[in-house]
Amino acid sequence: MTSNTTGRPDGTAKVEQVRSATIRFAGDSGDGMQLAGTQFTNTSAIFGNDVATLPDYPAEIRAPAGTLAGVSGFQINISDEDIYTPGDRVDALIAMNPAALKANVKDLMDGGHLILNTDEFTTANLAKARYASNPLEDGSLEHFRVCQVPITSHTIDAVKDLGLARRDAERCKNFYALGLVCWLYDRPLEPTLDWIRDKFSSRTEILGANSLALRAGYNFGETAEMFAVRFRVEPASLPPGTYRNLTGNQAMAMGLATAAIRADKTLFYASYPITPASDILHELAAMKHFGVKTFQAEDEIAAMTAVLGASFAGALAVTGTSGPGMALKQEAIGLGVMAELPCVIVNVQRGGPSTGLPTKTEQADLWQAVLGRNSECPVPVLAASSASDCFDTAIEAFRIAVKYMTPVILLTDGYIGNSSEPWRIRSVDELPTIEIHHWTDPTTFKPYLRNEFGSRPWAIPGTPGLQHRIGGLEKDVDGNVCYEPENHQRMVNERQSKVDGIATDIPDQDVHGDATGDLLVVGWGGTYGAITAAVNRVRAQGKRVSSIHLRYLRPMPRNLGTVLRSFKRILVPELNLGQLLLLLRGDYLVDATGLNKVQGKPFLVSEIEDGINKTLAQAGGEQP
Amino acid sequence: MSVSDSASRPLPVLKPKDFATDQEVRWCPGCGDYSILAQTRKVLAEAGVPREKYVFVSGIGCSSRFPYYMETYGFHSIHGRAPAIATGVKIANPDLQVWVATGDGDGLSIGGNHFIHVMRRNVGLKILLFNNRIYGLTKGQYSPTSEFGKRTKSSPFGSIDNPINPICMAIAAEATFVARTIDADVKGMVDVVRRAAEHKGTAFVEIYQDCNVYNHDAFHFANDKATRPDNTLCLEHGKPMIFGKDRDRGIRLNGTHPVVVELGKGVEADGLLIHDERAPEPTLAYLLSRMHWPEFPEPMGVFRAIEADTYEDLLDRQIHAARERLGAGDLERLFNSGEKWEVK
Repeated sequence: MTSNTTGRPDGTAKVEQVRSATIRFAGDSGDGMQLAGTQFTNTSAIFGNDVATLPDYPAEIRAPAGTLAGVSGFQINISDEDIYTPGDRVDALIAMNPAALKANVKDLMDGGHLILNTDEFTTANLAKARYASNPLEDGSLEHFRVCQVPITSHTIDAVKDLGLARRDAERCKNFYALGLVCWLYDRPLEPTLDWIRDKFSSRTEILGANSLALRAGYNFGETAEMFAVRFRVEPASLPPGTYRNLTGNQAMAMGLATAAIRADKTLFYASYPITPASDILHELAAMKHFGVKTFQAEDEIAAMTAVLGASFAGALAVTGTSGPGMALKQEAIGLGVMAELPCVIVNVQRGGPSTGLPTKTEQADLWQAVLGRNSECPVPVLAASSASDCFDTAIEAFRIAVKYMTPVILLTDGYIGNSSEPWRIRSVDELPTIEIHHWTDPTTFKPYLRNEFGSRPWAIPGTPGLQHRIGGLEKDVDGNVCYEPENHQRMVNERQSKVDGIATDIPDQDVHGDATGDLLVVGWGGTYGAITAAVNRVRAQGKRVSSIHLRYLRPMPRNLGTVLRSFKRILVPELNLGQLLLLLRGDYLVDATGLNKVQGKPFLVSEIEDGINKTLAQAGGEQP
Repeated sequence: MSVSDSASRPLPVLKPKDFATDQEVRWCPGCGDYSILAQTRKVLAEAGVPREKYVFVSGIGCSSRFPYYMETYGFHSIHGRAPAIATGVKIANPDLQVWVATGDGDGLSIGGNHFIHVMRRNVGLKILLFNNRIYGLTKGQYSPTSEFGKRTKSSPFGSIDNPINPICMAIAAEATFVARTIDADVKGMVDVVRRAAEHKGTAFVEIYQDCNVYNHDAFHFANDKATRPDNTLCLEHGKPMIFGKDRDRGIRLNGTHPVVVELGKGVEADGLLIHDERAPEPTLAYLLSRMHWPEFPEPMGVFRAIEADTYEDLLDRQIHAARERLGAGDLERLFNSGEKWEVK
């Protein structure tokens, strides 16, 4: 953190200019920490900072209050330059109770601000958080700048004139904490006050109480003389344009709807509620005025099979799920491959196997996407690299699906699904259109007659003279069931070569950095930010390191082998035990190494930086 | 989305054979499926709907080969999932006539979940369930409708599974049209299938179907034209429940229990149960669904037929209402909603 401290004209707290700051709000899952974090993010984004966020919430909706299991956190990185990740180490931690302190304090950097709600540091709460002694008194926090604030009682005092029940008054404490942090980072209150006015317009007493609590927190910072410095992060220089914040799931929903509109088609979205993919369903269900048809199915299989039915009938059909739901859909995806019907399957990956870590991120469904069905069953697989990239990848997935008459799997993960970042608002004209041809000529129609891309015709029910039957049994070119050995061989080959051929229809892989060097870092999906930031750091130190980030995992770009062979070493960081690694080694016979982590959390930039340096050191050690 | 404008074209004059495909029908000789195929083609030929407007969806099993033999659009899918696939077809294009051909294993075992949910939603599908009380295509294991104690290859000492009653299940799932027929009764099947074709919403038809290879005796009590009038009860809306070759027996309520009574001897027709397929509450339909031969004549015909909003209509209405309230969706406006800021 580079900084430049100046005294304030009024002689109170100094304002320290910093390039970036990482702030984490942590409390009970009922304490409103996600809301406080989101508001702080929006305020910073409107102010002009680049922002990246990491919500971290428990799988239990309301675990017992005050326990470690119930801690919910929201981390924001704000910066005056382009940033890629929500930050490795926390500069300021707001802990609303002892459990929140215990679960998060290890990520706070030495000398960081630690704002503690002392009202909650009772003997009972300390016991629930399994503290043997009170950290406020035992000296364990002395290497932080501890700010003890009775947030709960201050909040109750601040709103007492409104005559709310104590419980309702107490619930405003997240706004008090937000107000205090806004003061500490020199942010205006107006965006949050506007939001409160809009959100609670029909409940004036809540509107009033939240506004009072917010101001009280800010004013406490101003008057308490508890803080020696406050911080300022100047606006970033993002590419010109109008921006808004989007989470990956929001961007996905918007991208899917956009694809349908640009294809002049009805969007059909069938899904069964599952964390962390449900937000896509929520977003699309609210878009009925776009003609979007959402179907909350009775199970994952019904969602997938309804998608196949809707695709057969001519809709742009898509389903969204996460790992365990993906497993349930696989037989039906195989039917989609056999029937050669266009559709998109979004998998917002989470920790597994089985139920695993429903609210935490992981990248361990790559094999499931590529290899997860019975028999020879090729499916194109794409992965979005960031929250805003979900928008473009959704459109690209549909382009491929309808052009090649195939299911397409689109991988995202819990991290990019839930985290938000600025998205440059597009004008509709700059977006691609998706061209669709439905077969209408009965004289030349054959259900499996392939075009130059290897695709069969999309002939939809209702078209006179094209009545035909599709299904899971092997067919011949006329669409009749056929068990002939040569026919099966031909159809298996044709399905595979159709998907392989997509490689000629996707961009060559671009390299971040130089085209040759000592080390190439290869990533895919939500690790983009951490990998790019780490590679930028080591390149700034003069190291000959580049990176590539794969959007297309099946098929892979045609030049990938050449790119891989242009570097002495290859490092593949993944939030799994080496899934892309195996595919690269298998496809290209390259001696790549993995950098792997499965803790339900994204990579820290420093972890990848360390991995790069270790790999380079090993390479150096081998030289004569 | 309307693919072709049927209003501008004259109604087609079709014959049952116009619904035949060039594919050889490959069910076992003597299988009850042949009758179902023939009666369905007959009903569709009379319906005045062009062939391209029909979609037949099936799962896996002998019954599920049905779409290959219908000159319509067809989707022979995977085991148990036909109702869900058909739901997707119907939602995407409500203009289509969507039929499901399924069996007792396909529809009630592996696909039992979809069976329930499609009915509670009242999606506009016609579901023909070929119930032969056996797994035929896998060569003779007991099915979810096989009777308790049934001896099969997979239950050599007798099945210890209690059977599912498909009509009870459909009623419990709030199906708006529930009927039963039998392959041997050509006229009865045509009537029931025609009624199903005309119904708005999910129309469920259980068809007693003879698997003459693995379970030939299953419906012997109703197969024979001579004994059928004595062993079955033909349900007619608004009519007293009378049955028997000589129409001399009827069903009366004794408290909440149905009993078989002989007419004459102090019992008149107006003392019998009157069938009411349109009753808003399905109590009577449920009571009928519990009546089985030999204690009772087995009811055939329409148990229940009520009017209710279909899923696809409700969805379209929501879309229209949202457009009226919010205006037609506009991408520029969507992109620019929420808080935004300018970077120069």
